[in-house]
Amino acid sequence: MTLKESKRDIAKASYDHVIESGRAFSRTLTKGQVLRIVDLEGNQAVDTLFYNAKDASDRYSAVDTIREQKSLYLTTGSVLLSTEGNRLLTIIADTCGRHDTVGGACAAESNQVRYALDKKYMHNCRDSFLLEIQTRLSHMSIRDITHNINFFMNVPVTPDGKLTFEDGISAPGRYVELIAEMDVTVLISNCPQLNNPCNGYNPTPVRFVVWDN
Amino acid sequence: MPKDTTKDASAVLLTETLRGGQMWSRVLRRGQVLRVTDTEGGAQVAALFFNAERPLERYNMPDTLKAQHIARLARHDSLFSDMGHVLASIVDDTVGWHDTITGHLTADASRAKYGEGSYQKLRNDFFRNTRDNLLIELGKYGLGKRDLHANVNLFVKVAADAGGALAFVPQARAGAYVELRADMNTLIVLSNTPHPLDPSPSYAPKAAELELRSGAPAGPGDACRVATDESRRAFALTDAYFA
Repeated sequence: MTLKESKRDIAKASYDHVIESGRAFSRTLTKGQVLRIVDLEGNQAVDTLFYNAKDASDRYSAVDTIREQKSLYLTTGSVLLSTEGNRLLTIIADTCGRHDTVGGACAAESNQVRYALDKKYMHNCRDSFLLEIQTRLSHMSIRDITHNINFFMNVPVTPDGKLTFEDGISAPGRYVELIAEMDVTVLISNCPQLNNPCNGYNPTPVRFVVWDN
Repeated sequence: MPKDTTKDASAVLLTETLRGGQMWSRVLRRGQVLRVTDTEGGAQVAALFFNAERPLERYNMPDTLKAQHIARLARHDSLFSDMGHVLASIVDDTVGWHDTITGHLTADASRAKYGEGSYQKLRNDFFRNTRDNLLIELGKYGLGKRDLHANVNLFVKVAADAGGALAFVPQARAGAYVELRADMNTLIVLSNTPHPLDPSPSYAPKAAELELRSGAPAGPGDACRVATDESRRAFALTDAYFA
């Protein structure tokens, strides 16, 4: 956990957008741009995938990132690696302190397994990912929905190999800031999950801010 | 120790040695059981699982871990697909910890750690890496890079401390085995190649033994099915898929 604040001034951002809970969003960042995601109201999981903007088969790899940094959680200094070993982005500021990348995204079917067979109707992150892919990222498909980052989500793992979804350690206004090390496409589902504490049982908006640096 | 469940030799459909460095794949029929044995102590077997009838459905590491509240795989744990089905379950296991969060060795990482190890010099003892092996096997089914999601690392233990720092924990033991039952018609792809966090500086993968047995789908009291409420629901969804 490495807390670090940023000096960047939001008034100088080149792009500033609020993503409501339950919405999908995608945007391409060019190398050197800085992205800040702000947890506006606190404890909101932001399910996020990154792709090489020129080749979506080269994409964020949770397992390569975890292994190479020899640590389960993401925070300041974490280098987000792609499946081809490229540095996609680096986390350069973080006022939350710890972000998950083993908990994945919720889906209608996994909600059935985790909670009850009658939860299939509930809105979920994979539906958001799929809709964004079908409508705006038509070069991609479900094959490209790999294991995501959950910014602001707390999924502690114990030394004996247990894993739990815990109450968040985030709070209103906390943020994470990343610099694009290459041209990357960002795909976000602002999580609508109501069955566990990942959103404090109350999904809320987040802010997506970009600086040209 | 869990009891040995393979006394009925008539049920054995296939035995095959997986040399160090070798890859393998097969569609396991629903109910069949594959035992993978670390023959000499030190085999590290990367594994991928797909619904053979519709391989867009695949093993999903996060869904498997979060539904069962685990960060490793062991006896009576199930391997869930992204569609809420059970692709395979661990019906027996003398290992106790199989990793699924630290990925696999690539060509670049192998070259950096072990050197070139070319076919030209070493013939069939050349330094094969997990990524290339998996891609070759996936290619036989028309699958590729985009289908390569987080794998299971049989016989590999990587544990986290309270702060999340990861460490490779040696646990190799000759004769240790794990038994995977196919709970769907499941394409399984294996690569018996070194895990990237194995501290050994030399390329010396150890052999594994494969034994495939006939079997039946999980019954109502099956230990993997009843292990958790989540596994009960995933088995119910799997049964419904085959209804």
